[in-house]
Amino acid sequence: MDTDAIIPARYLNTSDPDVLASHCFEDADPDFASRVSAGDIVVGGKNFGCGSSREHAPIAIKAAGVSCVIASSFARIFYRNSFNMGLPIFESTDASRSIVTGDELEVKPSEGLIHNLTQGEKYTFEPFPPFMVDLIQEGGLIPYLLKEEA
Amino acid sequence: MPMTITEKILAAHTGRDSVHPGEIIMADVDLALGNDITAPIAINILRENGIEKVFDRNKIVLVPDHFTPNKDIASAEQCRQMREFAHDYDITHYFELGEMGIEHALLPEKGLVLPGDLVIGADSHTCTYGALGAFSMGVGSTDLAGAMISGKVWFKVPTAMKFVFTGELKPWVGGKDLILFTIGKIGVDGALYRSMEFTGDTIINLGMADRLAMCNMAIEAGAKNGIITPDTITEEYARQRASREYRFYDSDPEAGYDEIHEFDASAIELQVAFPHLPENTRPVGESGNVPIDQVVIGSCTNGRLEDLQQAAEVLKGRKISSGLRLIVIPATPLIYRQAMDEGLFDIFLDAGAVISTPTCGPCLGGHMGVLADGERAVATTNRNFVGAHGPSRERGLSVGPRRGRSERGDWSHFLA
Ligand code: SF4
Repeated sequence: MDTDAIIPARYLNTSDPDVLASHCFEDADPDFASRVSAGDIVVGGKNFGCGSSREHAPIAIKAAGVSCVIASSFARIFYRNSFNMGLPIFESTDASRSIVTGDELEVKPSEGLIHNLTQGEKYTFEPFPPFMVDLIQEGGLIPYLLKEEA
Repeated sequence: MPMTITEKILAAHTGRDSVHPGEIIMADVDLALGNDITAPIAINILRENGIEKVFDRNKIVLVPDHFTPNKDIASAEQCRQMREFAHDYDITHYFELGEMGIEHALLPEKGLVLPGDLVIGADSHTCTYGALGAFSMGVGSTDLAGAMISGKVWFKVPTAMKFVFTGELKPWVGGKDLILFTIGKIGVDGALYRSMEFTGDTIINLGMADRLAMCNMAIEAGAKNGIITPDTITEEYARQRASREYRFYDSDPEAGYDEIHEFDASAIELQVAFPHLPENTRPVGESGNVPIDQVVIGSCTNGRLEDLQQAAEVLKGRKISSGLRLIVIPATPLIYRQAMDEGLFDIFLDAGAVISTPTCGPCLGGHMGVLADGERAVATTNRNFVGAHGPSRERGLSVGPRRGRSERGDWSHFLA
């Protein structure tokens, strides 16, 4: 899933989150924006978010109401963008493979655990290193840096 | 402790003797880059947080190159935001139309990035500058904002992969073919989070334009950075352009790599990446006859003078077939002028091409050559994802510059 599929370049002449959200996954899944509701979880495969560095991609996903993204791996710029702006993302190949559309999930970040309530399965992921936990606790990179500077 | 070139540059910018793969570090940046798509978000972050000064006005580069000359009102607003920011914060390196070129062609050309630098850019192809022996990587807009505020960036020290190319290249084969071939072998996530180091006698004999094209596409294998040890070619390139000091680093012979790939470069043929991933590469001889509607020669990968010279060499005295559209986009104003002075424009115009002002334009499906649904293009750009050149289902083929001469119905047999 590349960033062109998450938010096509033709919409990059704006950074308005609501506009971006309305075109989220438009080329890959045209009904996505109308189907998605607050708290939904997006589950992807490998190298999720590859392609351009556009932060518009995690912005669009977050503004669409998605609570977190689970994938077997993330492209590196998407990975750091998500942390920097506070969109939680979790890497789990098992989860990526087993979860199907409609499953109800519960994610416990501190325990590194994803619970699939529908299928009764559990998947694990590597808990974040301390620096990343600090970033998330401060609410992202900018609050973190401003606190450091102060 | 033996270190790779990447580890040495990172250690130097963290004020330490050594760094280890996997560590998370805060490093000092020599240069932070933003464009008309990514900078506005960073600018808003600074303004919204009441930050009135950047860490160093000389170490920020702003290049409105994607949707310029302004494609529409929304694009014009983004560019105005950049222009006002550059003015209000007294940014030294802001390139307005006329001076503006595609960022990753412009910065090396102007000597703004130099060997040994640590550069971040809110653009994925920032990894291009590894060709100069710098550590450079693409980041997001929040990282750019963070760097503009603090002069620092966080990241995990990558493990490294080494690619050794030996042997003399076949005629017309260049850096783009080497990197497409490599991505075809390891896949679009084959170097995920890692550093790609390109070495071997083939690389030592490669000119700077080819090296830049190779490192440009390291991100297409998922890499954090691509890098080439600086040598006499680097020295000559940097010396002519530098207005500050620079430093050469190299990898220790015992440095650790988690993978080493050796390729006989003399056996590598011209490569084409088929839809819809840069890893779908084939030697051009196995490409078959694919009807195409448009050819684009340009971008930060292959819009340099050397690329235009190659394309002109093929096009000289010939015409593209009717129904085909050929768009040539010199990457910077200097390249534009040089190409014009060398008479390349006459060749392109006689062949039936249009020549655009420097811009990213069709490379990201932005403007100046967007495709209709179902149309196919051959482009010297770096990506062929769905939507990368326009609305949904066009076919983007990514190739080197000399394949710009393509003909509808049968483009492959011209290429050998
Ligand atoms: S030319 Fe294409 S790849 Fe290069 S910076 Fe512009 S849009 Fe990005």
